[in-house]
Amino acid sequence: MSGMSLATLLVLADGRLPSGGHAHSGGLEAQVSAGRVRDLDAVADFLRGKLATSGLVSAAFAAAACAHPSEWAALDQGLDSRTPSPALRKASRAQGRALLRAARAMWTMPLTGRDLHQPVALGVVAAAAGLGPAAAAVAAAHGTTSGAASAAVRLLGLDPYAVHGLLARLAPECDRIAADAAARADDPVDDLPAAGAPLLDIGAELHATWEVRLFAS
Amino acid sequence: MHPENSVAGGALPHPSDGYTIPHTHGPEEVPHTHPDPGVDPHEPLTTGPRALRVGIGGPVGSGKTALVAALCRALGDELRLAVVTNDIYTTEDADFLLRNGVLPADRVRAVETGCCPHTAIRDDISANLDAVEDLEASLGPLDLVLVESGGDNLTATFSKGLIDQQIFVVDVAGGDKVPRKGGPGVTTADLLVINKTDLAPMVGADLSVMDHDAKARRGDLPTVFLSLVEDRNATPVADWIRTLVATRVPAA
Ligand SMILES: Nc1nc2c(ncn2[C@@H]2O[C@H](COP(=O)(O)OP(=O)(O)O)[C@@H](O)[C@H]2O)c(=O)[nH]1
Ligand SMILES: [Mg+2]
Repeated sequence: MSGMSLATLLVLADGRLPSGGHAHSGGLEAQVSAGRVRDLDAVADFLRGKLATSGLVSAAFAAAACAHPSEWAALDQGLDSRTPSPALRKASRAQGRALLRAARAMWTMPLTGRDLHQPVALGVVAAAAGLGPAAAAVAAAHGTTSGAASAAVRLLGLDPYAVHGLLARLAPECDRIAADAAARADDPVDDLPAAGAPLLDIGAELHATWEVRLFAS
Repeated sequence: MHPENSVAGGALPHPSDGYTIPHTHGPEEVPHTHPDPGVDPHEPLTTGPRALRVGIGGPVGSGKTALVAALCRALGDELRLAVVTNDIYTTEDADFLLRNGVLPADRVRAVETGCCPHTAIRDDISANLDAVEDLEASLGPLDLVLVESGGDNLTATFSKGLIDQQIFVVDVAGGDKVPRKGGPGVTTADLLVINKTDLAPMVGADLSVMDHDAKARRGDLPTVFLSLVEDRNATPVADWIRTLVATRVPAA
């Protein structure tokens, strides 16, 4: 990470970056509605589970895309095959597209597809910003938890300080997952992590059929 | 790549700006890419000037969707138009427009706003921009895109990154004090619409008070009174838009 601008990483990982995340709950709305997540402890379990599955996969693909931005197409396909739920694919691509839009105004971006999966877009953007794979991975892992955490405040009316206490406790875990992911940034696409969370997939598919919902996913 | 055509913030380094290629990287350096300065990374814009984008904001229930429907009725035959709705929870507004047959389904897009209708039109406009671009990509060049906000409170206004002009809709049923309360919507919108004048006698709202307060708040900016049950084509608003389209200086 030598020579990396920490401030640039903060700009990229800031929840206020206009990159579409505010409309998504990271799968939490479906679990809240199913009664599986009702309180802070359950949110903690949810976030830990998310970090260990989709967080790990996101971090790995962000790191790999940052190390090899020109391979965005193969990485994008690799992530597609790790995302069985069409609703989650759509949500990921919408957020990738929004991130690329924001990034074009911030850094000089290479040509890519328009709506990449969000982690792949994040890696490509991190590279364009002069950041390394470890930074891209930590931004991805952090994004996995912070988006769902802010949705938890809105959906469950939880104490925002308590939720941020939770995020602080999860930070070392984000670092660890990001370090693992960055260490594998040069692995072939097929060897990258493929951890899945079937309840997130099922929840996303059900959520997409609701007539009334607060979040897009 | 013509620098004068590049979008705000997206200007590329240009060979004439002293940009040097190629250069070499040390072995310790983190791998990264450099764009080819000869290649424009932006998606091609649809040919011709893009559509005029008009935002329609205002509190829930003030008549925004009814106004959009009226404008579609009034302008649908003379302008190539499309609509983006921002419902808070559902696709209610989009469904209303389709049910009432004022616009075919391919001309209406619903954006989901994740609890925060004001964020989607002001702080993070990405989903709305995607919707506008998708409409232009699938329908070809348009003259007018109406973007209806999800309806929030008196503080929610549109970002200039999303729209060219904005209309703020309040109604007399909320009481004749609303213009005096001000807020960015009432004070800064390019057009203030005070709707449901037919209800004024029933709620004891004094329209001359509203007119006076609106003028005090808005200076030279225009305000119109409207009753969409009496004027199904929103004539003063449609005329305002006609003038905008006619006098529009196309975006570069
Ligand atoms: N009496 C009266 N009702 C109106 C008028 N305009 C709209 N409405 C009604 O007000 C309600 C809310 O309108 P709508 O367009 O859905 O409001 P929105 O939430 O701002 O989009 C609907 O029942 C409309 O039919 C009007 O000028 N007069
Ligand atoms: Mg409406």
